[in-house]
Amino acid sequence: METFTEVRGIAAPLLQPNVDTDVIIRVERCVRTPKEELGRYAFEALRLRPDGSEDPQFVLNRDPWRSAKILVCGENFGCGSSREMAVWAIAGMGVRCVIAPSFGEIFHGNCFQNGLLAIRLEPQTVERLARRAADPGTATFTVDLERQLINEDTAFEIDPLQRKALLEGLDAIGLTLSRESEIAAFQAADRKRRPWVYELPA
Amino acid sequence: MSGLSLFEKVWREHVIASLGGGFDLLHVDRHLQHDLGGGRSLQALRKRGLAVRNPELTFATADHVVSSEPGRSGGAHDWANVLIDDLRLETKRAGVRLFDVGTDTQGIVHVIAPELGLTLPGTLVVCGDSHTCTNGALGAIGFGIGATEIVHVLATQTIVQRKPKTLRATFEGTPPRGVYAKDLILALIGKIGAVGGVGYAAEYAGPAVRSLDMEARLTMCNLSIELGAKIGMIAPDEATFAWLADRPFAPVGAAWDRALAHWRTLPSDADARFDREVSLDCSTLAPQVTWGTSPEDVIGVDQAIPQTAKSDALAYMGVQAGARIAGTKVDRVFIGSCTNSRLSDLQAAARVARQGKVARHVTAWVVPGSMAVKRAAEREGLHEVFRAAGFEWREPGCSMCVGANGELVEPEARCVSTSNRNFVGRQGPRARTHLASPATAAACALAGEICDVRTFLER
Repeated sequence: METFTEVRGIAAPLLQPNVDTDVIIRVERCVRTPKEELGRYAFEALRLRPDGSEDPQFVLNRDPWRSAKILVCGENFGCGSSREMAVWAIAGMGVRCVIAPSFGEIFHGNCFQNGLLAIRLEPQTVERLARRAADPGTATFTVDLERQLINEDTAFEIDPLQRKALLEGLDAIGLTLSRESEIAAFQAADRKRRPWVYELPA
Repeated sequence: MSGLSLFEKVWREHVIASLGGGFDLLHVDRHLQHDLGGGRSLQALRKRGLAVRNPELTFATADHVVSSEPGRSGGAHDWANVLIDDLRLETKRAGVRLFDVGTDTQGIVHVIAPELGLTLPGTLVVCGDSHTCTNGALGAIGFGIGATEIVHVLATQTIVQRKPKTLRATFEGTPPRGVYAKDLILALIGKIGAVGGVGYAAEYAGPAVRSLDMEARLTMCNLSIELGAKIGMIAPDEATFAWLADRPFAPVGAAWDRALAHWRTLPSDADARFDREVSLDCSTLAPQVTWGTSPEDVIGVDQAIPQTAKSDALAYMGVQAGARIAGTKVDRVFIGSCTNSRLSDLQAAARVARQGKVARHVTAWVVPGSMAVKRAAEREGLHEVFRAAGFEWREPGCSMCVGANGELVEPEARCVSTSNRNFVGRQGPRARTHLASPATAAACALAGEICDVRTFLER
């Protein structure tokens, strides 16, 4: 996994609430598009007009936000389906950090599996950052994970485990595999406690 | 010290190690896989040089990309058949049990897992699908996971999760006629919003929940994720145990007795404390229908679209603020999905369907949730009822809920759907979805417009 220490780039305001993962990436793209190409289909439902042309009103179709590395979003961003392709699509656009008052929880977890920093902040703080992002003159943000600071003036909290995983690019599977003896011991005891979970018909 | 909630008891039983910061390493009792990501995840595992740690605790079916066309043998497209074939090949290779298309056990993953007795009270169930919360109706912890987490579970039979806070939603009163589990949970989402459950594991309680049968409880827990809660649970009780007994994977004999004794200890203690408590009076509810593009955009079918409605949602849906929702012309009706495709759902829809014919301008589908549901419905003659009324009787799968198999609602067509998501583009690009119960959906099919199912039930 790509490590994350600091990101500097354009931030785009996308404040509508409840942007779901179906809107972020349509299901047929999940099924039929290679991971590396998902970026171009991100936010298709918002980005394109019915005739397939770009909607010039949509922020990610306008400069400088077209090349955003940071999204400043509304509440419950990434709600809905568990499709990890939503994160791959956003990452495929070049985005490394998503800021919102709240996230769909499965999406939030998926972000950290892919080196994407998801930051929760108070709604007023998100709105302030969105106003700043909406002005091309101030839309360049710096997000520093080590110091947990946005633009040198806005602190954020993050789970220590997720922070460490991003900074070091940890392999979660490798870490858990190193606990194999604990897993085996748990199962051995659990088999006695709840045999019906394990004893299944052939 | 206060007592423990159902959620806390089940969570605690699965903790292998605490990882700090509120994260635990949890044992996974049941890992469910489907055709959309199953084959790919098993391939990814193999490419890392790893094997499935507990193939006997891993189960797969084909549901998302299978065609629901009568007489189907797999997908309707080559790309769908590639996914199904990959799932077959990889599950065989890994020794994972597959409930394959063409057999009597195939169905939507969240329909068959409870139906087969794979999901048991007190178990921890994961699947690469957000509606895994459905399984909580049996008193299990069920939640959806992403593609990377799937590989983690395959390799280790564990998952790393942060323990959520707890929310209890108490449903008071007796729901009036025409108001079903779908209406109760939609009303709750309308009340506390699609973000109301974010960060929580929900428990549904109260007299109106206790009197629901198991299939209705599955419907209720299915929409937990639309409330923002990854997990939604209902305490197991005698109705749960009676429903589970004799299911193919449920324990038998002495093992059943032992399991039952354990399951009876799981309900929340009387003095359990919850981080958030909400309640809802069901006695005054009308049948619910959504008007917008989030499940929280929901009103009684006898109400008007709020004046405060968001303009982008109104424009997308082609509806007006202040207009009554009833009388809105519909083009399609979809009765199915992991929310509402079980036998009792089809029975409720059939009771309405018996009273008329599908309006000429409406295409109405009934897609049973599993082969077992389909067979049971056919034994009762429900397929004949639906066909006689002008509904299409189709084969089990996710179908038009998500359109992953290519079955889509046309652009700007309006669909009353018993599924769980009315998101922008969910049922197809620019498709307009109104969520409702199976009875309401059937009534709308007959009326050709959004209508109050109670007028059919009073006849």
